[in-house]
Amino acid sequence: MAKVWVYAELNQGHLTPTSLELMARARDLGDVEAIALGAGAKAAAATLGKHGAKVVHINEDAAFDDFIAEPATDALASLHKEQPADLILFGFTPDSRDVAGRLAARLEVGLISNAGDIAAKDGGFVAKVPYFGGAKLASMKANKKPAIVLVRPKSFEAREVGGTAEVKDLKVTIDAGSKRAHVTERVVEASEKVKLEDARVVISGGRGMGGPDNFPLLEDLASALGGAVGASRAVVDAGWVPYSMQVGQTGKSVRPGVYIAVGISGAMQHTVGMKASKVIIAINKDAEAPIMKMADLGVVGDALKIVPALTAAVKAKKR
Amino acid sequence: MTGALKIVVTVKQVPDPNSNLTLEADNTLSREKEVVLDPGDECGVEEGLQLKEAHGGEVILVSMGPERGKDAIRKGLSMGADRGVLITDPQLAGADALLTARALAAAIKPETPDLVICATESYDGSTGMVPPMLAELLGMPQVSFAKKVEVDGSTIKVHRQTADGYQVVEVSTPALISVTAGIAEPRYASLKGIMAARSKEIKQVGLGELGIDKGEPAETIEGLADAETRKAGAVIEDDGTAVDRIIQVLVEAKVV
Repeated sequence: MAKVWVYAELNQGHLTPTSLELMARARDLGDVEAIALGAGAKAAAATLGKHGAKVVHINEDAAFDDFIAEPATDALASLHKEQPADLILFGFTPDSRDVAGRLAARLEVGLISNAGDIAAKDGGFVAKVPYFGGAKLASMKANKKPAIVLVRPKSFEAREVGGTAEVKDLKVTIDAGSKRAHVTERVVEASEKVKLEDARVVISGGRGMGGPDNFPLLEDLASALGGAVGASRAVVDAGWVPYSMQVGQTGKSVRPGVYIAVGISGAMQHTVGMKASKVIIAINKDAEAPIMKMADLGVVGDALKIVPALTAAVKAKKR
Repeated sequence: MTGALKIVVTVKQVPDPNSNLTLEADNTLSREKEVVLDPGDECGVEEGLQLKEAHGGEVILVSMGPERGKDAIRKGLSMGADRGVLITDPQLAGADALLTARALAAAIKPETPDLVICATESYDGSTGMVPPMLAELLGMPQVSFAKKVEVDGSTIKVHRQTADGYQVVEVSTPALISVTAGIAEPRYASLKGIMAARSKEIKQVGLGELGIDKGEPAETIEGLADAETRKAGAVIEDDGTAVDRIIQVLVEAKVV
């Protein structure tokens, strides 16, 4: 059996949902061991056991929370040296990305990122990665051991299978040389009413919204529908709305019941984060925009007129 | 370290976001249409220039790619950067993230910079894996997703974007910072800047000069299939009935 590791990312003491999604696929690929580092690791181990981890390596040293990437890289590299893994799975999230990149360079093995799926093949591993603007799906074979693969959030459905993991203390000394990028403060800016990732309706705006002043139109529609507002990378980059609202490859992955894309052309960067939505509605002034080719309903017209009218109609319907 | 900063900014040419991509016979992305400096890198160059203007020092642009990658460097030089290094070698065609990071590290190390600035990710690949690899190979700490950078002596204070806000991260030089596009609005090159860029140095190096053995690729593309595509549904012009049609879809999806 292949030895498969899942890097179980903890965010201020809480196991990230993507960690459990990774467990769901890891179980099919070999004997699963999870690595949980920082505050909350012990509590996370119990959950990881229920999701199929046979062993969970834990270490609750505060350095894992206080310093970026390097302590975690040290821990993984040291564990790998003692008991080599065949495959290490990471979520394709900002924090895991930093750890995976460093580890791949330190072990000189490279990595495969942005994977949507992974399978065992001929004693190795092959990942499916969107390619060529998303029009193609590449099968990428990892040539080195361990194979390091970063999987996009929401690629798999987390599911408990019952079980208890053996919890092992991961012994590693984090020396001063790895305590360099020091997180001294955490600032929360956005308090979302409905979490974007969990919303059953997501309304996202792009450049076609004309400017940040028009985003309240989307907020109104979202509150009428009990949904959340997202955005394309273009408008986040332009500073119209905060990054927390970005949907796409480097933003959030969502799969709501209904996704309404307003003034978004549909570049791959965006569509990989929302194409699993059950129903897609696009409102765009350009009938040829790529988003129109994947929408269940495409409306060619002026978003600034259609959105308020739609909000009024939804409210009327609810009465 | 006091005062002046030696800053390396990595830059890359990418296919014009407005052009169509094409594939080479070996399934690597064609670089034929690479015509623009990556928009994310423009922001990195701008941040480097602003730090230099505030603290003094030098901004060096390092790029990897075919020879016409000089155009991307030249663009950054015309914005005000001091000089450039282009890593170019036929063996680097289709290089993966690790080989890219190794080549960049070999070119950057002799410069002994205080600060290396990268974009968080490229516009064409968008995987953002080179910066952490590069930091590891340079032996530097890395702070990703930086939306604000302040330098005070040898201490760098970074606002690092997170899903619900930001972290304040402190790090000492030398360090690698990968910046978001929101960090700084890139300046336009002035005519004077464009003229001055013509005489600025762009050093060209190959793998041999960097002492790098290409090695085996870390991953290979075994096959390409058409991505599963959603079927296009109805596309309608808004003739006043669009709202009704949308409501109908929302009702069918049971969200109203």
